[in-house]
Amino acid sequence: MATLASGASSPLYAKRRRKNVVTMAMAYAATGFGLSWLALILGVLFWEGFSGLSLRVFTEMTPPPGASGGLLNPIIGSLVMTFLAVLIGTPLGVLAGTYLAEYGRYDRLSSVVRFINDILLSAPSIVIGLFIYELMVAQMGHFSGWAGAVALAVIVVPVVVRTTEDMLTLVPDTLREAAASVGLPRSLMIQKVAYRAARAGMITGVLLAIARISGETAPLLFTALNNQFWTNNMNAPVSSLPVVIFQFALSPYKDWQELAWTGALIITMAVLALSITARFLGGERKKS
Amino acid sequence: MSTANFTVPTVAANPGNTDDLVEKITVKNLDFYYGDNRALKDINVSLYHGRVTAFIGPSGCGKSTLLRVLNRMYDLYPNQRATGTVRLDNDNILSPSQDLNLLRAKVGMVFQKPTPFPMTIYENIAFGIRLYEKLSKSDLDGRVQQALQRAALWNEVKDKLDANGLSLSGGQQQRLCIARTVAVRPEVILFDEPCSALDPISTAKIEELIDELKEDYTIAIVTHNMQQAARVSDFTAFMYLGELVEYGETTRMFTTPSDRRTQDYITGRFG
Repeated sequence: MATLASGASSPLYAKRRRKNVVTMAMAYAATGFGLSWLALILGVLFWEGFSGLSLRVFTEMTPPPGASGGLLNPIIGSLVMTFLAVLIGTPLGVLAGTYLAEYGRYDRLSSVVRFINDILLSAPSIVIGLFIYELMVAQMGHFSGWAGAVALAVIVVPVVVRTTEDMLTLVPDTLREAAASVGLPRSLMIQKVAYRAARAGMITGVLLAIARISGETAPLLFTALNNQFWTNNMNAPVSSLPVVIFQFALSPYKDWQELAWTGALIITMAVLALSITARFLGGERKKS
Repeated sequence: MSTANFTVPTVAANPGNTDDLVEKITVKNLDFYYGDNRALKDINVSLYHGRVTAFIGPSGCGKSTLLRVLNRMYDLYPNQRATGTVRLDNDNILSPSQDLNLLRAKVGMVFQKPTPFPMTIYENIAFGIRLYEKLSKSDLDGRVQQALQRAALWNEVKDKLDANGLSLSGGQQQRLCIARTVAVRPEVILFDEPCSALDPISTAKIEELIDELKEDYTIAIVTHNMQQAARVSDFTAFMYLGELVEYGETTRMFTTPSDRRTQDYITGRFG
């Protein structure tokens, strides 16, 4: 004890304490700096967007300049395209992730697949938009909701592949052995045991993918474009929130700009809700 | 075939009086490799029906590896291979044509850490049964109850069969795993250090259980606990550095071992 007490007042220790205080102050300052921008963005979003939030936004079509209207068609368009993208992208992603984590865990091919997937994961979304434009829009001769959904699906796939693989890798091998020890074939082991053990994490991955694509603008500009009106025809151009925000915000019309703010607020809230749900599910997994 | 250049101790070939016993599993000239690393060296041993055989030895001696050969669990991983023969009744289970799922349904395994499936208690047991048998709901219920009774767990869980298997205590989880193993009606049960994660009371329960189960099954148990081996087993095999040093009736092994290394190990001089 005596040596410790004298050590506490030694110049070496004092110097270390000072260093600690400075480092901690810098860490706090950096965190505060980062968070303040986030707060500022959210604050402005609420300030500008909240006043425009009314029932009309959810029940009326986008207006021509000068008239009043809402965001019904882009909201529905976004929902439908996101839904289709998840519908297309999730099975592909889950299957590929399953290959990486289960069947191909020790194959050389899987490291190649993993590497390519990582490239896809960080590919700029505008490149994906251009790719689908060439592949679908140019071939079909017109913009369409399908093309938009496929472009978004291409963004979903690598996210889901990654989370599926990560979550399945977390399932302990002892559980796989236990399943094998009662005579369970590998396919059933994966479906009934591994998926069940990794479920919360895999759902989180899909939710994060949805959060990611619901704000994407670039891929939709090249594919679904926009539509002033309501349409259930996925073969025609379809409106979406990000593209409408993009257009309206850049327009010179005051009421369009206000709608853009409101749309931005809606997207942000939706993504926030998704992230919180994903967090919650992720927390559940850790507890069990 | 093995090209081992050491001699198998004579006692290993003569485990005692086994005349009226049925050989269930016969291991002959078994070598096992993790990549290039030879982990088992020319193992010869027999497991008898209705008897418990314990495998003891210091860590890394290959006893768990040997157990994992008996249901070919090692096949889940690349670069692991076994040579020699392992006969279950009359079939060489090491042959490439062996159906692994059927083999593992016949040769069940209980692991060191309890490994309940992430589902209800009922499902944990019914799951394995449904794989190989199509039963009515009431028959299935009966089988689940039977298995849980067999594992001495029924009274503790009969009112919460819908609870998650993971909600049970460690000892209960391990008995659930035993029930799950028993439910698929295997012929052999392999216990890989089944009590090393359990408290003394749970351990006593599991040992009691093994004693009851042995009437109907061929049982092999790997354990670090020599008292446990002495308590539950009829035959004991002592392994060291991948070799089967000595194999014989448990009472003899623990009183008059014939190999110096066995004696040193069971008297606690190393390991």
